[in-house]
Amino acid sequence: MATARGKAATTAAPGKPSRKIRILVGKPGLDGHDRGAKIIARALRDAGVEVIYTGLHQTPEMIVNAAAQEDVDGIGLSILSGAHNYLFPKVLDLLKEKKMGNVVVFGGGIIPDDDIPKLVKRGVDRVFTPGTAIQEIVDYVNGRIQPRR
Amino acid sequence: MYDKKILAAVSRRRKKWQEDLLAPALSKSPGRLQRFSTVSDVEIGAIYSPDLLSNLDYGEDLAFPGEYPYTRGVQPSMYRGRLWTMRQFAGYGTAEDTNARFKFLLAQGQTGLSTAFHFPTLMGYDSDSPRAKGEVGMCGVAVDSLKDMEILFDGIPLDKVTTSMTINGPAAMVFAMYLAVAEKQGVPFRKLGGTIQNDILKEYIAQHSWIFPPEPSMRIITDILAYCSDRVPKWNTISISGYHIREAGSTAVQELAFTLADGIAYVQAGVDAGIDVDRFAPRLSYFFNAHMDFFEEIAKYRAARRMWARIMRDRFHARDENSWKLRFHTQTAGCTLTAQQPLNNIARVALQALAGILGGTQSLHTNSMDETMALPTEQAAMVALRTQQIIAEESGAANTIDPLGGSFFVEQLTNQMEEQASEYIRKIDEMGGMVAAIKRGYPQREIADAAFHYQRLVDAGAKRIVGVNAYQIGEQQQIPLLKIDESVEKRQVARTQEVRRKRDRKRAQARIAALKEGSRTSNANLMPLLVEAAMEYVTLGEMCDALRETMGVYTDPAMF
Repeated sequence: MATARGKAATTAAPGKPSRKIRILVGKPGLDGHDRGAKIIARALRDAGVEVIYTGLHQTPEMIVNAAAQEDVDGIGLSILSGAHNYLFPKVLDLLKEKKMGNVVVFGGGIIPDDDIPKLVKRGVDRVFTPGTAIQEIVDYVNGRIQPRR
Repeated sequence: MYDKKILAAVSRRRKKWQEDLLAPALSKSPGRLQRFSTVSDVEIGAIYSPDLLSNLDYGEDLAFPGEYPYTRGVQPSMYRGRLWTMRQFAGYGTAEDTNARFKFLLAQGQTGLSTAFHFPTLMGYDSDSPRAKGEVGMCGVAVDSLKDMEILFDGIPLDKVTTSMTINGPAAMVFAMYLAVAEKQGVPFRKLGGTIQNDILKEYIAQHSWIFPPEPSMRIITDILAYCSDRVPKWNTISISGYHIREAGSTAVQELAFTLADGIAYVQAGVDAGIDVDRFAPRLSYFFNAHMDFFEEIAKYRAARRMWARIMRDRFHARDENSWKLRFHTQTAGCTLTAQQPLNNIARVALQALAGILGGTQSLHTNSMDETMALPTEQAAMVALRTQQIIAEESGAANTIDPLGGSFFVEQLTNQMEEQASEYIRKIDEMGGMVAAIKRGYPQREIADAAFHYQRLVDAGAKRIVGVNAYQIGEQQQIPLLKIDESVEKRQVARTQEVRRKRDRKRAQARIAALKEGSRTSNANLMPLLVEAAMEYVTLGEMCDALRETMGVYTDPAMF
């Protein structure tokens, strides 16, 4: 699997945990819409987060394996193919199987409002809809996700 | 175009106007914005006048419609002869669902078909592949075998309706199935009109539905060019697409430049394969985005025609005028539509459609208002089609040709667009052409940078989007959405497995073996082998798997 990694140049402030937040930005499924995923990956990196981007066309298994290998704190999934009702739960189930249930899963894409409560109930921490400002997502990651020591 | 003395006088007068009238007005009340720029963030002046166009030569740079360099249009009569083709992109669920939508659209006055395939088809997987799980029929129609293709075009005469198919990685395989349907309907190939997108280079750059690496992909494309110039002469073999480059976040200039650079790469590949340029170039067509900045888009289409004419005549020495003409399809920009207050999208689409028409498009798809949330409902698709019909029948926009030709502003923008896009093409030439540039990640990175820059402008409020960062309302408008029935996957998988059970297994396997064999040598043309395989109900996934084995696969370099 080709993954790209972007490390921010900034170092953590004193008193904060020395390890940065590590986020896997993933593109599960077969759609090729990566504009959003790439923008989020860049913005998180610029904000001091360590970002691993999976690239396109990943299976849930590939994503969870990469998350395990990279020991990430959170997974952001971007899905614009309509397969969100299958792909989100599948990733969550695989995480549980690997005893990685503490990894925070969030996401966004073309996801109808009606589907969001179901996904949240299933364990997706937050679903961002089109038109969300980048900063809102950066703030969410910084506020919600703690780096493991 | 103008007398030099008159231009000098205009120039003096312009300076005087700036000092005597504009500056005092602005000092009393400063401008609405610090800096005025297009959606691509190109700075725009307060006013344009003929002195800025001193080098414009009417005969050389504009001419009349149907005359080189076609800046004002490719056909002599344009929409006074015949309106553009109204071609709505449609596809969802099974072939039965999409066949019904096709017939509905034709009944509403649509004049051509355009097929959207689901992602497994776009990536060369059958619906029963583990890779297809959750995606069957979601974003387009599921086509696994000739059986699905037969149902998709059931009751639609292929010699009368032209069909466009958005298919790239497996373009040759899907086209082979279409040809097999024509054979079964008794329609001779030479009568078939339509388009396969078949533009693999922009897949690596922007749309990302690829299968094989660039070199074998280019070989498949030259096989199609050679096959069609002999057997399917009215077919548009490649729809060289800027649409997806723009949707991925490029500027207008990048869309223009990268698309024409892709075009140059295909023509070069055809010529290098030994096909006479005038045998295949007239069947190349283009596909552009209609984004939100009205005048910038119109300038883009006009510049595209002029640039292509010059490239084909001067760079490739094409002699047939039809090789010089850039014909194009337009689609309004999906990425400009908002989930917030979705009814507003109708207005956005109307403006974008008008830009495409004033820019001289040959065919047009207007997006549906619900595109940011789901595939279109029947009602949303109808409003989108009616938008085109209102422009055609009521607005008067189609009454005269190139009505914005001669606008000081539009001509200046057209010139600027040509200059800046030519600079990009020069850079790509220096890298060794588009295939080499793609391998370096050059266009990919330029687009990602532009997308990021634009998003920052929006987040900072420098670019305002109604309903998103301006004029928001608390409660959202609810509109009905199309839901794909969850039984689609089950039904489709059952059908494909039945096709495999019922076909002549030995013959199917022989076709797969022949295809593999043909792909190992460059002197065989894959098209006849694919048509024969399609006739034996070899599935799309089986054809692609056979070629994956011999040609390899491409994976995302995952740059951000």
